[in-house]
Amino acid sequence: MYRYDEFDAAFVADRLNQFSDQVARRLSGELTEEQFRIHRLMNGVYLQLHAYMLRIAIPYGTLSSRQLRKLAYIARRFDKGFGHFTTRQNIQFNWPALKDVPEILSELASVEMHAIQTSGNCIRNVTADHFAGASADEIEDPRPYAEILRQWSSIHPEFTYLPRKFKLALSGSPHDRAAIQVHDIGYQLVKNDKGETGFAVYVGGGLGRTPMVGHKIRDFLRVEDLLAYTQAIVRVYNLEGRRDNKYKARIKILVHEKGVEAMREAVEAEFAAEKSELLALPAGEVERIQAYFAPPALQERAEASLAVEARRARDPAFAAFVDTNVAKHKRAGYGVLTMSLKPIGGIPGDATAEQMELVADIAETFSHDEIRVSHEQNLVLPHVALDDLPAIYDALKADGLATANAGLVSDIISCPGMDYCSLATARSIPVAQRISERFGEGARAKDIGALKIKISGCINACGHHHVGHIGVLGLERKGVETYQLTLGGSGDEACTLGDITGPGFSYDDVVDAIETVVDTYMGLRADAQEDFLTAYRRVGMAPFKKALYERDSGADI
Amino acid sequence: MSQVISANRLSDGIVVFRAPDGGWVEQLRDAEILADAAAVKAALVLVEQDVKANRVIEVEAFAVAIKDDHVEPVHLRDKIRAKGPTIHPGHGKQAAL
Ligand code: SF4
Repeated sequence: MYRYDEFDAAFVADRLNQFSDQVARRLSGELTEEQFRIHRLMNGVYLQLHAYMLRIAIPYGTLSSRQLRKLAYIARRFDKGFGHFTTRQNIQFNWPALKDVPEILSELASVEMHAIQTSGNCIRNVTADHFAGASADEIEDPRPYAEILRQWSSIHPEFTYLPRKFKLALSGSPHDRAAIQVHDIGYQLVKNDKGETGFAVYVGGGLGRTPMVGHKIRDFLRVEDLLAYTQAIVRVYNLEGRRDNKYKARIKILVHEKGVEAMREAVEAEFAAEKSELLALPAGEVERIQAYFAPPALQERAEASLAVEARRARDPAFAAFVDTNVAKHKRAGYGVLTMSLKPIGGIPGDATAEQMELVADIAETFSHDEIRVSHEQNLVLPHVALDDLPAIYDALKADGLATANAGLVSDIISCPGMDYCSLATARSIPVAQRISERFGEGARAKDIGALKIKISGCINACGHHHVGHIGVLGLERKGVETYQLTLGGSGDEACTLGDITGPGFSYDDVVDAIETVVDTYMGLRADAQEDFLTAYRRVGMAPFKKALYERDSGADI
Repeated sequence: MSQVISANRLSDGIVVFRAPDGGWVEQLRDAEILADAAAVKAALVLVEQDVKANRVIEVEAFAVAIKDDHVEPVHLRDKIRAKGPTIHPGHGKQAAL
């Protein structure tokens, strides 16, 4: 794992001192709210419906046990005993007092964490594949590059006041688990025909009120040019992005209005003009950072685990858990384990302090002290020996963390929605809870197969509903919550935006409507291997529309 | 329509409501009910003092309905602010009700 060097430590300490002073001056009345707000936001402190909210960055979703224990401590000491993992691999605390924030940040700094650039019109927390460094299908671990981008973009003076926020994501595998095509810049690690590693570059993706899939503007970017090229893109955006209208200020609008070709030319021109030794990444420096992310020393193991097979034979619940939540690791005899934060009927992404501590302990014992946070709001143990799965399963189960639903219908992404968020137009979490209760994690959910449901409580789309296989958008019509459904979205390498089914459904009816969609799919799929997305892409909207709107009741507006 | 003035307390961000004595209270049932737009306007002028004195931020007036002596916000958002998250009956103001 990456460890702060003297520069990181000094910069976080400086910022902590500055912000502590700003908070003190605000509380004493020396600063007005207007003067203070920008500082508050630059340090991750929002004001939400019930209280302040503190958003803490988890760079590329990687945590050590020590860090996770500290988050548990903060949850218990300064909050209400739980935290919420978000779709950007961050964690949010929903009830911190402003007067306590400096102390919280000081606790975080002691484990090399902070909340800088988790808000504001700057380059936000850089995200990456949560299976990075572990997954069998990986070309190379993207996290060293994410770390380099993090260092470069942290309080970058030129890019602190962009037209709007700016999000980067990286994937090291051909199968994109980081949703890079719906980010402002997405970097996909690829190999060229000479066998060299580089990046395919996507620009201008994003969700929100104007969702767009990113455009590939370069097939191959040399690793050493990563920063120079990123600078060129952000520079073009900083100069040409719209500042007159907040809703048209993201780079996706610039790419759309300017045209992809013109954008590519502008970026390439800037890249050529500014290409200097200064930003070229020296191979030695890349290797130095890569060393922090070196794979743990995993001992040789047999491909199959007798312990797993024995337990599997007598415990169907364990078998279901292994089948659903364990993905293939690079190394024989190991797995990548997803710990679902979606217990049936629970709140997606919430974890209690006790759960965080349990996961930290398990990671220390069984996963080389490493935990990942996925943008799908789950936690991951990247390197577990298959032989240890029975012990891990038993420990997780005792604390409600062994739900066997990773990637299934009840593994729902949901933004906080109106239960917490001041921008919301409808609730989203209770809808997720009801869907989860309806389908569960048992035989029915397994039979339905891979299905991603994503829910947002307003058009800002923090719940990524546009790229849900089934997307749910909560709106308000005449003072009442109403839910619009989209079908066929996908955030992976074959990225598509979902299509709206038609009129929305009431809070009471939306779960029935989703069940209608699921039942329709079950009725028309070619066989059990054809998952929802594949079936939708084959048959299109018509049969779903018919089932939804020609039934007796349900469509209510 | 009757309204109540709410804000967030500066020090901890907790939602507070303006009381009849001009102070701030945590429970809606203790809030001052303002009968009409003129009363709201007058109260908002007074509240400016508390904003200037850095006691509260994000002042807003919201509509309430009164049924059998019980005050209930008209909009869902304000209902949730007055009670707490609907998904966590143990957290927020509802915990003390
Ligand atoms: S999508 Fe809307 S309601 Fe949900 S967290 Fe984002 S801003 Fe809030």
